[in-house]
Amino acid sequence: MTTLTDELPEKIRKRSGKLLVPHITLAHGGGGKAMRDLIDDVFIGAFGNPTLNTLEDQARVPLAELARLGDRLAMTTDSYVVDPIFFPGGDIGKLAICGTVNDLAVGGATPLYLTCAVIIEEGMPVETLRRIVDSMAETAQAAGVNIITGDTKVVGHGCCDKIFINTTGIGVIRQGHQLGANRARPGDRILVNGYLGDHGAAILNARGDMHLVSPIESDCAALHGLISVLLAAAPGTRFIRDATRGGMASVLNEIAEASACGIEIIEAATPIRREVKGFCEILGLDPLYLANEGKLVAVVPEAEAATALSALRAHPLGQEAADIGAVLANGRAGRVHMQTVFGGRRIVDMLVGEQLPRIC
Amino acid sequence: MKYVDEYRDPAKADTLIKEITRLANPLCAQRGRPVYVMEVCGGHTHSIFRYGIENMLPPSVELIHGPGCPVCVLPIGRVDDCVAIAEHENAIMTTFGDAMRVPGSKCSLLQAKSLGADVRMVYSPLDALKIARSNPDKEVVFFGLGFETTMPSTALTILKAEAEGIDNFSLFCNHITIIPTIKAVLDSEDFQVDGFLGPGHVSMVIGTRPYDFIADHYRRPVVISGFEPLDILQSLWMVLKQLDSGNPCIENQYSRVVPEDGNRAALQAINRVFELRPFFEWRGLGSIDHSGVQLNARYAAYDAEKKFALPSIAIADPKSCQCGEVLKGVIKPWQCKVYGKACTPQTPMGALMVSSEGACAAYYQYGIGPRTVVDSQPVGEHAL
Ligand code: SF4
Repeated sequence: MTTLTDELPEKIRKRSGKLLVPHITLAHGGGGKAMRDLIDDVFIGAFGNPTLNTLEDQARVPLAELARLGDRLAMTTDSYVVDPIFFPGGDIGKLAICGTVNDLAVGGATPLYLTCAVIIEEGMPVETLRRIVDSMAETAQAAGVNIITGDTKVVGHGCCDKIFINTTGIGVIRQGHQLGANRARPGDRILVNGYLGDHGAAILNARGDMHLVSPIESDCAALHGLISVLLAAAPGTRFIRDATRGGMASVLNEIAEASACGIEIIEAATPIRREVKGFCEILGLDPLYLANEGKLVAVVPEAEAATALSALRAHPLGQEAADIGAVLANGRAGRVHMQTVFGGRRIVDMLVGEQLPRIC
Repeated sequence: MKYVDEYRDPAKADTLIKEITRLANPLCAQRGRPVYVMEVCGGHTHSIFRYGIENMLPPSVELIHGPGCPVCVLPIGRVDDCVAIAEHENAIMTTFGDAMRVPGSKCSLLQAKSLGADVRMVYSPLDALKIARSNPDKEVVFFGLGFETTMPSTALTILKAEAEGIDNFSLFCNHITIIPTIKAVLDSEDFQVDGFLGPGHVSMVIGTRPYDFIADHYRRPVVISGFEPLDILQSLWMVLKQLDSGNPCIENQYSRVVPEDGNRAALQAINRVFELRPFFEWRGLGSIDHSGVQLNARYAAYDAEKKFALPSIAIADPKSCQCGEVLKGVIKPWQCKVYGKACTPQTPMGALMVSSEGACAAYYQYGIGPRTVVDSQPVGEHAL
């Protein structure tokens, strides 16, 4: 992993020691000593790296180093407001890192630096905050990215829901990679890296009170490693997108629309866990629209599809990867169809609003 | 899921389709139009679209999507009443997910929520009771709707509230019953339906006997059907066999779940707390006698309509709205003047565009326009 310059003054301020109170109060956002304690103890303690430790108002990144890695800068930002903040398979902190890393990686970028801004509701137990921040630090470290600047705000009770996190990411795109939804061509294959809908089902399950026999875990994961494997195996890859909110169905519709092609997927080839299928049956939801946090949809030229698939399957995050369909030569432009397991054919449209459980 | 996969076998489907075609073709030739089979229940409509069943059928048989989605048939005035309760400072309104999006004359519950009303989605009325227990200073109202399928759980919740002495809980009751509805469709002047796929979940509660009059009096076949795609095809085949033999009766394809006599405990709970309303307004169908229920005098303390002052204004559907004709199978969704133009799932004018079980939303989501094979054959004489 790239290290940051040491030209910057090593101005690590004297630590003020541990946060002693059990809960976050408005004082921790007030700019005074309490806030310093919070930042030093919780954030610097977990994220610490030479750039962040200087506590300057901005992070400074040497351009030469970026230029060495590629020819374009990629930048993305996302805010995370998930409820509940801890769920099977992850938490809001892990999500905030993985989500932004993935948003960079799907564009073909190597993720390098993140910023982290948190809005905390007063009254949050310090221990809870610590758990979230530690999870962020661990995920960032595993993903090989540094958190180099940030911001902390505390708002009154009821003004936000426990904690909101924004992460902005910067990465660099290596020369030669050109990805775009409009680049899909008839004959291209549609690949996914595994079971769809796990995250959405896990969150709904954790939120509701469905008491499932086998709990569903979120698939929350950083995909940059998998994506570089994919791009190495299939350099002609046209487009990659992580299928987050709106699920796979929304990504496919975007591709169909941007490329003015039809798309057909095969239900029988589409990997969805039994538990998720069952969960959706009960609630009347469609797993194709459920959110994912560790799943991507890739459009790969037919000639490279087989190599791409085996490369994906060789990676721990792609073991259940599947070729689920194709871009059609004769399909209706902008339309996504599905061959149902039952032998029928139906349209898979954009989702309207939020998926709401049916009444019966 | 092994259990479920059994009902999704494409090879079996193929055999059934061939049988359906063999039976339907001569019946269609006799009538000079396709055989019209109505699935009364929204759950069936959903499965039909989800598995692409409509497109697998021969042009000689056509499915009509009936009034079986309780969300779709809720009149605007009732939604307005519900919003009025939700806007009450001291109230927490609770209901099922898809009920939150039905448009009232001003707004839906979802919109009211965004404007500050305390509206919460629950998976069961018991969750609503739980909310009441933990918010003793609030009045928690459950917006109950649905046919006999959801009625028992509402009834049991009321009984539980009584047993536990929870008095900050009430029901805004919009439960409806299926039989008068089918009767209304049968009595409709535009009526042309040849047979019915009977609702599986409702029948689990009421059994099969209440449908007898349909075969006896109206001479139409009814097959109570499950919700898996093979269930639906098999039921359709059974309806056609009956039509072919000219001997209509009530058959139970879903016998693995539906007992002939229904569920006694569920019926008891329903009978204990509910009584029939003299009449109840349906969206698109007008008022149908004895088609809705309300809490009886003994449980009046749990009746939100008595606890809150409600506007209770009957509001007509927009003029251009043809939900009623679609519900009765007189026209197909795409034949409605505003379908896909003024009325889309983002901007539903009629309730059929709201729930995923509504025929219009299903048509819109799963494929706009007529089946090519029946392009020139509108369903009813009153079609556009
Ligand atoms: S298109 Fe809209 S207004 Fe027309 S019948 Fe359907 S829901 Fe009703």
